[in-house]
Amino acid sequence: MSDLTKLSLEAALDGLKTKEFSSVEITKAHIDACMDAADLNAFITTDFTNAMKSAEESDVKLAKGEGGALEGAPLGIKDLFCTEGVKTTAGSKILGDFTPQYESTVTANMKADGMVMLGKLNLDEFAMGSSNETSYYNPVINPWRKDEDLVPGGSSGGSASAVAANICLGATATDTGGSIRQPASFTGTTGIKPTYGRCSRWGVVAFASSLDQAGPITRTVKDAAIMLQSMAGYDAKDSTSINKDLPDFKAACGKSIKGMKIGIPKEYTMDGMPKEIENLWQQGIKWLQSCGAEIVHVSLPHTKYALPAYYIVAPAECSSNLARYDGMRYGDRVEGDNLYDTYERTRAEGFGKEVRRRIMMGTYVLSAGYYDAYYLQAQKVRTKIAEDFKQAWEKCDALLTPTCPSAAFPVGRKVNDPVTMYLNDIFTVTANLAGLPAMSVPAALDNNGLPLGLQIIGRALDEETVFAASSALEACAGFTAKPEKWWV
Amino acid sequence: MSTDNTGVTAETVKKIARLSRLHVEPDRLAHLADEMNGLLAWIEQLGEVDVQGVEPMTSAVEMDAPLREDVITDGNVRDKVLYNAPKSEAGYFVVPRSVE
Repeated sequence: MSDLTKLSLEAALDGLKTKEFSSVEITKAHIDACMDAADLNAFITTDFTNAMKSAEESDVKLAKGEGGALEGAPLGIKDLFCTEGVKTTAGSKILGDFTPQYESTVTANMKADGMVMLGKLNLDEFAMGSSNETSYYNPVINPWRKDEDLVPGGSSGGSASAVAANICLGATATDTGGSIRQPASFTGTTGIKPTYGRCSRWGVVAFASSLDQAGPITRTVKDAAIMLQSMAGYDAKDSTSINKDLPDFKAACGKSIKGMKIGIPKEYTMDGMPKEIENLWQQGIKWLQSCGAEIVHVSLPHTKYALPAYYIVAPAECSSNLARYDGMRYGDRVEGDNLYDTYERTRAEGFGKEVRRRIMMGTYVLSAGYYDAYYLQAQKVRTKIAEDFKQAWEKCDALLTPTCPSAAFPVGRKVNDPVTMYLNDIFTVTANLAGLPAMSVPAALDNNGLPLGLQIIGRALDEETVFAASSALEACAGFTAKPEKWWV
Repeated sequence: MSTDNTGVTAETVKKIARLSRLHVEPDRLAHLADEMNGLLAWIEQLGEVDVQGVEPMTSAVEMDAPLREDVITDGNVRDKVLYNAPKSEAGYFVVPRSVE
């Protein structure tokens, strides 16, 4: 039998349906691969016993010709999604012993569709980071290496690393400022952040609620469509959930883009950006043209203000959301001299440096006397950024940009310089602020042999155009490179 | 520097830490002030944007807030609610004394 860990999710689901192999077989192959890959530190918690049990149950269904859209497929879940009876840490010490007694809507949807859950994947603490180095459970290592260990990006570093290393067929992730797309770009994988509201936030540990959105990281565009179809959908338990029927995402993949208008925003270039990324962007333009798309030049004049606005809005929402960790109802408690001292010591010891930094920044920008100057100003700039996109949509159907201003960087390189770290998200954060769907597609290797991604951004609720343009890019790029296996 | 009256001072950090319910050792205050001033200096560029007459964005999607009947939708899960409590007893959370 060929190596079952090398299949796409789509091919694996086909093979399961036609009984070419069983869920037990493919799950076992992935468990072995996970155990070999311990050096990547992609998982915080594995759940192999239950995975094998789910696989057996899936095989019973598959034998009868039954089963859901993900039946029997071994997948990974970012450790930000609450999973009933399985520890959910959010990468934080404060939730080190937290075992949810309920299931997030996204994972409940996937379980109803027959997913086999291999375990919970590592991430930046509370999804705050761009390198997976803020995790209390140590950094994730990128399977791609250049003389030294590289970061997989963040915050969904475990998800990206696991999918790139063929230890999961696909993984859930979340994206608040680029946390799906940047790690996808750094690891040669595919990731989509759908329109805000497509995936329910219920049971997903909150960071910045007006920006947080779940999505998949996979090895192909079609795999992302298959997973998103299962993850997404209306949920009355999330008041920002979109109550609209889901389009058929998979059917949108491979659709002709002849006549599609692709916008090239002139502001998406940055001082110090490697020439290779500029060249890859130009190559992407040619690829889409060769598929019949029409290229139009557009301007998104407020792009440079997106990151500073994000670093007001996201910490503000974070400081409010993370107020719940008071050591009383769940999470670690550190006893102090009195109630306030207990709160303060619980939170100081339970949260890591970056999380404390963002809580303090958020508290500051929301505090009396600063609210108008910072928070209100940022929310107005956010309106301007959303308006930029609305104007662009008068001229084009989707935008093509680089995903990130660089390839993966070495572990430890940027961790002590917040602004440099934050700049990783310069091309991704605008889609979060405006609530738009956006996808990163692996497009090429740089001169060091490291993957680089291109990004397609679409109109709100128009994931279909994003999938169509992304699969055109995927077909033209023909990206098949895999990291050389060094981790066994 | 943290002594600059126009920026965040050690005293401000102390106040913010208190509001954030985060214990900060006194010898860390000046360093944290410098760090916050560094970030704020970068964020200051937002002031350049002309936002005259612009409404603040409060929702990422254009939709009306959904309404539902004001009825109980779940409950009777006391043990589940208490399951992750750092301390509980006889069906209650146990918390530090807050009223003397």
